[in-house]
Amino acid sequence: MTVALSAKEIISQLNAKFPGAAEEAGAVSVLVKSDSLPAVAEYLKTAEGLKFEYLNYITAVDYYSYFEVVYQMTSLESNRSVVLKTRCYTRDNPTVPSVTRLWQGADFQEREIYDLMGITFEGHPNLKRIFLWDGFPGYPLRKDFNQ
Amino acid sequence: MEVSSDKEYIYDAAELDRHEGQVIEEVKAGSREIIPDPDAWLDEDLKRNILLTSVDWVLDWARRSSLWTAICFPACCAFEFIAAEGPRFDMSRFGMEILRASPRQADLMITAGTLTWKMAPNVRRIYNQMPDPKWVIAMGACGISGGIFRSSYSVVPGYNRIIPVDVYVPGCPPRPEALIYAVQMLQKKIGKEKAVPDLPKFSNPLQKGKK
Repeated sequence: MTVALSAKEIISQLNAKFPGAAEEAGAVSVLVKSDSLPAVAEYLKTAEGLKFEYLNYITAVDYYSYFEVVYQMTSLESNRSVVLKTRCYTRDNPTVPSVTRLWQGADFQEREIYDLMGITFEGHPNLKRIFLWDGFPGYPLRKDFNQ
Repeated sequence: MEVSSDKEYIYDAAELDRHEGQVIEEVKAGSREIIPDPDAWLDEDLKRNILLTSVDWVLDWARRSSLWTAICFPACCAFEFIAAEGPRFDMSRFGMEILRASPRQADLMITAGTLTWKMAPNVRRIYNQMPDPKWVIAMGACGISGGIFRSSYSVVPGYNRIIPVDVYVPGCPPRPEALIYAVQMLQKKIGKEKAVPDLPKFSNPLQKGKK
């Protein structure tokens, strides 16, 4: 079975490599600042001993005061997984850098989050609605969405 | 043959999306009211107590015994329909089994599943492509009223907003037996239909002088 990599293990590596990028480390997840996300994600994907080459999923959560985008990656080499989180604190135009450059599989999931949660992914090649139609009012998975 | 130039083709992806959105909004705006079920003639016939002619009987027999189904399976009720088609329940015993990939060869639409607004224009188009006479069975809770997704932002609350429905089958999903029973009800309904329209009454010149 895939073992979740302890966040304590990875945070020391990240702090050494990117000082100030990681905001906090939970039990199984690492929270990073959104502007340092591409560099951290690339490091997790390519660094020797980590090699998180498989992106399990991307999802987003609305906590009213901020949005949290959640990434889970698995290393097929060492059979370990890690959860990476990032937050955006604005509701008007929340923006997170895209990771489609690293994982092609992120393409549709980022479009889904953009469609239903209204989070813009900077650098996405084709960011448009995927489930709902053009002209749909609002973002239905936001907590303050009313029909 | 000359290709008509009045239709404008769209090649731009963004323009296509915008066009799709417009079509969906139009369908949504045009389906606030429920389309009444086409069964007014049933009461009328019973009231007038009109017997069917033998031509009607033969035509109705032919129509009800060869109900060909258009493929319109947007969601999970389709599996129950597939089970009903399969050897265990075997709808073909009743002559209702042939699934047509083209709506132009079909006369029955079994709406197996939840319909989203994004799919609604396409379902209406399939219905419009079916030749008359045509019938619709709304299958499952979602087909009748939207089911548990009724208050959702993206689900059509019942197929009767989009197309007229003849028979409703409740269930989530309905058992294959229920679906077969529904088709049998529809066959009964077709059996009561007047296939030949009423001819205008002509005066008989031979009977004119007589009293």
